[in-house]
Amino acid sequence: MNKLQYKIGEHPNLPAPKTQGGIFKAIRNNLFSTWYDSIITIILIYLLLSYLPMALDWLFFSADFFVDKRSQCTSGGACWGVITARFPQYLYGFYPPELYWRPNLASLLLLVALAPILYSKISYRKYFLMFSITYPLIAFWLLWGGFGLVPVESEKMGGLLLTLTLGVMGIALSLPIGILLALGRRSKMPAIRLFSTIFIELIRGVPMITLLFMATVLLPLFLPSDVIIDQLIRVIFIIVIFASAYMAEVIRGGLQSIRKGQYEASDVMGLSYWQSMSLIILPQALKISIPGIVNSFISLFKDTTLVIIVGMFDLLGVGRAALSNREWIGLANEVYMFIAIVFFVFCYLMSRYSLHLERRLSRSYK
Amino acid sequence: MFDIFYNKKFRSIASQFTLILFLVVVFYYFINNAIINLDRLGITSGFDFLFSRAGYDAYSPFFKFTSDSLHIDAYFVGLLNTLSVSILGIFIATILGFIMGVLRLSNNWLVSKLVYLVVEFKRNVPVLIWIIIWYFGVFLQLPSAKKAININDSIFISNRGLYFPSPVFSEGAIAILIAFIGAIIINFFYVKRAKKIHIKTGKQSPIFLVSLLLIIGLPVVTYFVTNQPIEWVIPELKGFNFKGGMALKPEFVALLMGLAVYTSAHIAEIVRAGILSVPKGQIEAGMSFNITRNQMMKMVVIPQALRLIIPPLTSQYLNLMKNSSLAVAVGYMDLTATTGGITLNQTGQAIECILMIMGTYLLLSLLISAIMNYVNKKVQLVER
Repeated sequence: MNKLQYKIGEHPNLPAPKTQGGIFKAIRNNLFSTWYDSIITIILIYLLLSYLPMALDWLFFSADFFVDKRSQCTSGGACWGVITARFPQYLYGFYPPELYWRPNLASLLLLVALAPILYSKISYRKYFLMFSITYPLIAFWLLWGGFGLVPVESEKMGGLLLTLTLGVMGIALSLPIGILLALGRRSKMPAIRLFSTIFIELIRGVPMITLLFMATVLLPLFLPSDVIIDQLIRVIFIIVIFASAYMAEVIRGGLQSIRKGQYEASDVMGLSYWQSMSLIILPQALKISIPGIVNSFISLFKDTTLVIIVGMFDLLGVGRAALSNREWIGLANEVYMFIAIVFFVFCYLMSRYSLHLERRLSRSYK
Repeated sequence: MFDIFYNKKFRSIASQFTLILFLVVVFYYFINNAIINLDRLGITSGFDFLFSRAGYDAYSPFFKFTSDSLHIDAYFVGLLNTLSVSILGIFIATILGFIMGVLRLSNNWLVSKLVYLVVEFKRNVPVLIWIIIWYFGVFLQLPSAKKAININDSIFISNRGLYFPSPVFSEGAIAILIAFIGAIIINFFYVKRAKKIHIKTGKQSPIFLVSLLLIIGLPVVTYFVTNQPIEWVIPELKGFNFKGGMALKPEFVALLMGLAVYTSAHIAEIVRAGILSVPKGQIEAGMSFNITRNQMMKMVVIPQALRLIIPPLTSQYLNLMKNSSLAVAVGYMDLTATTGGITLNQTGQAIECILMIMGTYLLLSLLISAIMNYVNKKVQLVER
């Protein structure tokens, strides 16, 4: 026995037994802590081991990537030719190929416009932000043409280009309108308050499809027969209206969480309504509601898929058109999986960013 | 002279007046145009078209709809179809969502990570894509009716839908219904008494077990005592499709699954956030009372989590109901597809049809909000 080798209080710190620390302990605590945990873990590992290789094999190893027809897909795996053979269509729709540089430039500029919004530590942020505000106009000019560029009809836009156009335009325009609606709903003027409330609740109470039907079926009835508004503009209008009602509720939540003292203090300073809102209240309220705002951006981006119901060819529409082609019939799995993954990537990145912001904001309040 | 423009009251009245004037002008312009356009197209406004022959087929499990039915019947078929898919969808989404939300917090690393992946993938892909995947990717790729998947010779799954045996009630079947209602009434009094005893003496009765036995056991016993008055009609293959039995069309199941799966992922996140929001001190206090894990969940965690879960859950239910209008994408005859789709295209009464479906969706939204507000009041903290 080496019990008495050390004097009291001089016992050195010994490493934990091998089964009580490090990787063994982690595995036991996280995977095999009780008997039923162990059973579940073993079943799950078995399922993963038996199905994952099969899935990977179908997706990559025995898949055909570059083929022109379904009949050329012979390896038994996925037939990605349905995507790769008409990849430009998934990106740009029927946009004229010689003008691809315009959407390309627009998406490059989008990154420049997003930079000062996503990163607050950028230098010359003020000037970048000015560019961000004017970006929708620049993008509109680049995509539609006119003023020195060859005009492109909006029916030619499709695929990811259309999805992103709808998403970005909707996001850029719904935020200011949402702010106005939220302020209107909290206004002291009864007519404005009533109008904002009815507008928000009406829009939030009905599905977006009915509004899209309104834009395609009802709006031509309400306008003189010689006035024809481009369908894409009508759809963007509806998406903006729909999203701004939801945005208004998110921002109203932020406005409500601002303490009364802030309002009173700005009144004491002698600021006018718009001064106190733009300098004191909104900066705080918007900061609090950023996670909610990003979440409504995500749902707006997902809602853009609904335009296929009024006959536009966004990413999903192009995919369905490819499937109805006789050469590619029956490849629903590949096409829908591809589209689902594209949407997943965009929305997941946005939701991660929102989470990151939430953490940063909660830190700055502590 | 210009002082009046700095007068607060004047500015308030002036801006409100401008808004009202603007709205009046816009409405006048729209209505004027609409009158001219309708006149040009030869459409008389009004709801008389509802009582003319519809001339199209819409499937409804609830009542017979033939091509001779009226447009108003089509409206009710659509409404019932919207309601049935919404209610079932809410039911399934809630169950799936709660299960996934709890599993997401599992101690088992593998389980929680897998559920995380599933939830994120479901949540971040648009619901329309899910509905289309379920329809074109799953149900239409099932074997044809002749090679249907056969479960125990009674349930058949094929690309024509799910076929179940349907019950046919004979004379004695009413006794089972009476037994069922009786069981619920007895159970109600039992639970009331058990709670009283619990408050008085602290003794707990096996409420869940007794309720289960009563509500399921009593009707089952009656079924055998009254000499099995329910017969089952088993679907049979005739030609290219099944006849007899109950059928769930692939459009319905695809829409239901798409909606339920998508919404359940959102509910899972809500449930997880709700459970995580219960302060640690509450759980530690529960542990120091030496109650079991299940008791802790039932009496400490869930009642407090529900307070945070119910309000966002309400908006998910509303979203599910509104998203059920995506039925048009798979050809399920819901409200948007009947009144807002075929009826509108056939009669050209766009204003009336769109007003009808918007009004109906608004009413349904209000109904769901009212029910959930009632539930919310029940779970909120009662303070003195």
